[in-house]
Amino acid sequence: MAVDTPIPKTKNAAGATATPTPRTVVRPSSVTLKIIMAVSGIVLVLFLFVHMVGNLKIFLGATDFNHYAHWLRSLGTPLLPETWYLWIQRAGLTIALIAHVYAAAVLTRRARAARPVKYAHRPKIQSSYSARTMRWGGVIVLLFAIYHILDLTTGHLNPNGDREHPYTNVVQDFAPDRWYVTLFYTLAIVAVGLHLAHGIFSAARTLGQQTMKGQRRAKHIAIALSLVLVVGYLSVPFAVLTGLVD
Amino acid sequence: MDIKVRVWRQSGPGDRGRMVTYDVKDVSPDASFLEMIDVLNERLILDGDDPIAFDHDCREGICGMCSMVINGVAHGPEKATTTCQLHMRHFSDGDVIDVEPWRAKAFPVIKDLVVDRSAFDKIIQAGGYISAPTGTAPDAHATPVPKKDADAAFEAATCIACGACVAACPNGSSMLFTAAKITHLGLMPQGQPERDSRVIDMLQAQDDAGFGGCTNMGECAEVCPKGIPLSLIGRLNSDYRKAVTKG
Repeated sequence: MAVDTPIPKTKNAAGATATPTPRTVVRPSSVTLKIIMAVSGIVLVLFLFVHMVGNLKIFLGATDFNHYAHWLRSLGTPLLPETWYLWIQRAGLTIALIAHVYAAAVLTRRARAARPVKYAHRPKIQSSYSARTMRWGGVIVLLFAIYHILDLTTGHLNPNGDREHPYTNVVQDFAPDRWYVTLFYTLAIVAVGLHLAHGIFSAARTLGQQTMKGQRRAKHIAIALSLVLVVGYLSVPFAVLTGLVD
Repeated sequence: MDIKVRVWRQSGPGDRGRMVTYDVKDVSPDASFLEMIDVLNERLILDGDDPIAFDHDCREGICGMCSMVINGVAHGPEKATTTCQLHMRHFSDGDVIDVEPWRAKAFPVIKDLVVDRSAFDKIIQAGGYISAPTGTAPDAHATPVPKKDADAAFEAATCIACGACVAACPNGSSMLFTAAKITHLGLMPQGQPERDSRVIDMLQAQDDAGFGGCTNMGECAEVCPKGIPLSLIGRLNSDYRKAVTKG
């Protein structure tokens, strides 16, 4: 009986082989969505830091601040036509924002579906306030970003709204009699800080941070970076409010 | 001690279910939580009522069968303790204790406090194994394993697949369970051949079973009776990204 029967390629009892089994339902995995969130979030955070440095130029006076604002428009020239760089950056940030919100929405929907029956007795979650408020905090930050663009980018909601004089726009925006604007900005910036205190740590974990020592470090770095942003951003309206900048 | 328990009663998968209050008198502080339910069940049987269905097996904290959410906390108030190892001395006379099953779409209630955890079996079947040649067992020292890796793999391997991580997770995610298996097998030399396919297949099985995604809140690690560290999820994320990048 020298019939050379080829050994049939068998799968194990679970039907799995050493190559990934083809996906039956094509949809992004939860970790893929988290990676999208992490990468888009990092892009947005990097922008926040650059934006903050630009804001702080207000302490150097009207000339410097206005010069910086006008320079943003001519950035990239003469390689690119005027304001092109600015629009490329805006497009990039918009893509990052859409990706971030899309991944968050899909994950939120899946998380809601994962627990159709709620607990009758549910104690407060031990996790930080920052971690617990990521979803609604994110919505608040998004609404604030829309308001902020209408205020200090397009000037529609700004008392001055003069594109040529950004310094005056800022000073009039946070004038003491418009204290409610300053209050709203303060709350929104604190919401950004809370979002990032968990968000930056979460991004590190998603991208592979995997030791307990590193976890403590990542949490501390996330809180420190968030604090720098909150203080940096709030220094401008409070400097105007207290008359330090006028 | 005399206590009241409010227990989730559900006659079957189709029943809507409800919390029912029972008085339990003369509970010994030395009784385990499951023994307290045993005593209550004996009375229910004598009264002609349906006893409370609940999962249990070894009653020594190693099998992963017991699964009760006690006062909103999976496995109850004691850290690193399964329900069977939780004793009534941690409660006080007159307490009202809420007892509910694991709540997750992937863990449907079969009856009362018993849930179907076969979704975990599906995750394991998808990749929770190694390829081992048949024949005699190799010598223990044939494949050297660094002590650090052996210790870390062992720590991950202590996961008893009870599902408390899912029960506690606000997203109903089983990421800590899957991460424990990925870490346990992925740290060992024997686990390398399937390292990439394992993480992709197990994550897909997890997503397909209807578990949510991880948001790094850490509720899972708080209730884990085996103290599986939250950081293992980072290893799963990292392995997954590398496996997908390789294609």
